Amino acid sequence: MSPVVKRKGEKFTLPSKYLLFILTILCAVMMLLTFNTDFLSGPLNAVSSFLIVPFQNGVSAAGSELTAKAKQLAQVRELLEENARLQEQVDSLTIENTTLQQNRFELNNLRELYALDSQYEDYEKTGARIISKDSGNWFETFVINKGSDDGIQVDMNVMAGSGLVGRITQVGPSWAKVVSIISDESSLSGMVLSTSDNLIVSGDLISYGNGYINFNMLQDDAGAVVVGDKIVTSNISDKYLPGILVGYISSINTDSNNLTKSGTLTPAVDFTHLQEVLVIMTKKQTVSDIY
Amino acid sequence: MKKILIITLMVLCAFLLQSSVFSYLEFAGIIPNIMIILTASFGFMRGEKTGLLVGFFCGLLSDIFFGPVIGLYSLIYMYIGFLNGLFSRLFYPHDIKLPLVLISFSDLLYSFTCYFIFFVLRSRFAFEYYFLHIILPELFYTILVTLVLYPVILFINNRLDPKEVKGSDIDFV
Repeated sequence: MSPVVKRKGEKFTLPSKYLLFILTILCAVMMLLTFNTDFLSGPLNAVSSFLIVPFQNGVSAAGSELTAKAKQLAQVRELLEENARLQEQVDSLTIENTTLQQNRFELNNLRELYALDSQYEDYEKTGARIISKDSGNWFETFVINKGSDDGIQVDMNVMAGSGLVGRITQVGPSWAKVVSIISDESSLSGMVLSTSDNLIVSGDLISYGNGYINFNMLQDDAGAVVVGDKIVTSNISDKYLPGILVGYISSINTDSNNLTKSGTLTPAVDFTHLQEVLVIMTKKQTVSDIY
Repeated sequence: MKKILIITLMVLCAFLLQSSVFSYLEFAGIIPNIMIILTASFGFMRGEKTGLLVGFFCGLLSDIFFGPVIGLYSLIYMYIGFLNGLFSRLFYPHDIKLPLVLISFSDLLYSFTCYFIFFVLRSRFAFEYYFLHIILPELFYTILVTLVLYPVILFINNRLDPKEVKGSDIDFV
């Protein structure tokens, strides 16, 4: 008997085993295609941004509103106490501020002298809201509510506050996917700010459970790098702009090869409470751009 | 036609719930796997074909937004839907034990597959840590959500075709 049953007056039916087989092959083909090319992401992104993103926008707006309301109620008393404390602090800070302003004036002059005008304060940035998080528990990826219509491109860097969050890996018309630096699959080339030694920062699910991410391949023969040093993105990174704060070294060990060091750093960004991020609209210049 | 529309709507709802709403309701950074609940439920309630189709589209949605390549999650969810479909002959609507066991096993299967594909293949072997900190909490949270969500899915499923359910009742009596 033929496996595909078709009788007169009956609807055409395909046994589930064959459907499974066909879809398995379809999946395999799609995996191969998307692994090597960008062929499928265009149409699928367009469809999904039309169907899904408006809802995600609405749901996450409503969700953040509700959590904000709940927090407001809980925090009124705390805020009153805090307010009194902060008022004292304001006074002392005003004094400090005037001194700092003088210092800053001096710093600006010196910077001009050194032509260090490409600090990341000067990059053009755009704010975006996080509208959905990875549907599993294994990776720290999320979706923001701006996409190619707003000028976002793949490999643009994403920051929050003063620290690095990650980079854009996929863009749709009205959304973009961000892979964060704490995600298990990501790693970046960093640099110790004080000594300019290069190192590799890599996200790790296990250490992030304890609030850290890992670094390794640090060459520091002089032993000048100490706990608390700032780590920024390095000049030789091919995806990240130089000089963006990544975090602070929290522990440091010599590797068993006695040549390199590795350890952990505390990220500058609080990834658990991330709601809004800044996307830097400038991309890192690469060798292929020049030629 | 109406059935397809309603099931599509439920898949979309599950994805939105999981990616947007539950990121506000996470416990210790863990979110439950609603799409597994939906895929498994439709598998054992409506048979292999519905199960694998629902799984395929659930997976496709997470692939588009979060997958490293398109087709990987689709494959995992699809096979889970199909395997649950094999149990549709044992399914009896008013018994919650079989659904709970099946959904739990589906979630475990999903987690182990993810662990194997995304972690073991990159030689990250700390199984004990991943089991205690990701797989087990996700399993418990998913079971908890199942207790709330399963009656809703069952109700909608019964409304999709009331005749079939009556027929199956008589079979068991």
